Amino acid sequence: MASGRLTKAAHGAAREGAARGDGAPPATEPGSGAEPRLNMIDIVIIPLLKIVIVFVAVLFGVAYLVLLERKVQAWVQVRLGPMRVGPHGVLQPIADALKLFVKEDITPARADKWVYTLAPMISLVPALIVFAVIPFGGTAHLFGKTVPLFVADVNVGLLYIVSVASIGVYGLILAGYASNSKYPLLSSLRASAQLISYEVAVTMTLVSLILMAGTLSMVGIVEAQRQAGLWYVFAQPLAFFIFLAGGLAETNRAPFDLPEAEQELVGGFHTEYSGMRFAFFFLAEYANMIVVSSVATTLFFGGWLAPFPNVHALAFLGLVPGWIWFLLKVFCFLYLFLWIRATLPRYRYDQLMRLGWKVLIPLAIANVIVTGAVKVLL
Amino acid sequence: MLQAYVPVLLFILIAIGFAVVTLLLAGFVRPGKYGKVKLEPYECGIEPLTDARDRYSIRYYLVAMLFVIFDVETVFMFPWAVIMDRLLVFGLVEMLIFLFILIVGYFYAWRKGALEWA
Repeated sequence: MASGRLTKAAHGAAREGAARGDGAPPATEPGSGAEPRLNMIDIVIIPLLKIVIVFVAVLFGVAYLVLLERKVQAWVQVRLGPMRVGPHGVLQPIADALKLFVKEDITPARADKWVYTLAPMISLVPALIVFAVIPFGGTAHLFGKTVPLFVADVNVGLLYIVSVASIGVYGLILAGYASNSKYPLLSSLRASAQLISYEVAVTMTLVSLILMAGTLSMVGIVEAQRQAGLWYVFAQPLAFFIFLAGGLAETNRAPFDLPEAEQELVGGFHTEYSGMRFAFFFLAEYANMIVVSSVATTLFFGGWLAPFPNVHALAFLGLVPGWIWFLLKVFCFLYLFLWIRATLPRYRYDQLMRLGWKVLIPLAIANVIVTGAVKVLL
Repeated sequence: MLQAYVPVLLFILIAIGFAVVTLLLAGFVRPGKYGKVKLEPYECGIEPLTDARDRYSIRYYLVAMLFVIFDVETVFMFPWAVIMDRLLVFGLVEMLIFLFILIVGYFYAWRKGALEWA
């Protein structure tokens, strides 16, 4: 229903754009600004449609990731998982969303009212807006127009992702502080210490990747991998390992899920939250998993590129659209996340900090130095 | 070049709008029967005696300080990494000096026990 309306609108916009392009040929010089209406369509309306599509896709992805997680956990433990709502529980996410939507939303009497409401938003918004610079595919031809399959190709894309993703920490620490309750406060302190520790290692690792690609643009990094004919995971296996460990830690996933260690900290930093504001934290956590998977796919696994471009027998793989490859790779990562959670026990807090500060950071620095030296000397 | 940021800005506005509108809508739908006991902070059934904002371990503060140092250093390395193609040996040597200072500080922190948790 909604998608039908979207396609129609996209069609209309594309046709309008094409018509205007025919009608005003002299003013199509980029940056001249002589024909603002044409720019209006290119700059605002088409991105707006793409944003809405990405937004809806991410929210649905998050909802069904929760179901997938419950199912995978259940299968690993030889259970069935959710089975009641719809066949094999496929409608469970919708039921959950409705439930959270109409639940009573409690603000504790001692809490800071405004900060308490603001914290879930600060947590959720950064997790969503990262998708603005993730390239889901190369270009596609739709309605006689070449449409790039990403919302924006910013030349500081990777820096944007790193900086936006770190805003999410504020959400956690403000939630714990504003609750004015002991468990959330302890948990949010833990969470923020963990997040910033691993952020150092991850950001440092990204430097060695930028050295390889020579650009910060996410599209540029994928193109660099196409030109090199090599996914960076094979050139930078150590960087990939650090990124994966850091990604797990930054999304508070097992084996680094200490901020939500139920056995010692009740529910974590969102103990006091209920209803929609709790749902925001939930959404943010799972959206962050998708973010980490997407970034890992883009940086290390060639984004939307098809595998084995050099093997002639497998040339048919190139016929599959790029965005399907992208989604497939992201799905593999998400599955890996769930698999790890079902398999590995939780770290102890001092072990966690030791791994972050004494292992990952020196490795990341060494990796940067070696990558830089190899790049100069070869 | 600033044109490339328009979709990003739109995305941010839509994300904020989504968060605000969802919360407002949920506010109309949900029930709200609050009582004094329900609004108490959770503490395993025990009535909380003190404010939660008590003193906490100094180590968190230390971690935050180290983070600021390391993250700022890393941000310096981003532009360096982008134009490494042009800087070559000069850039490498310069970054080695920069990193050397960082590593000295890192080992100082290690020896002082700033990285120990227990």
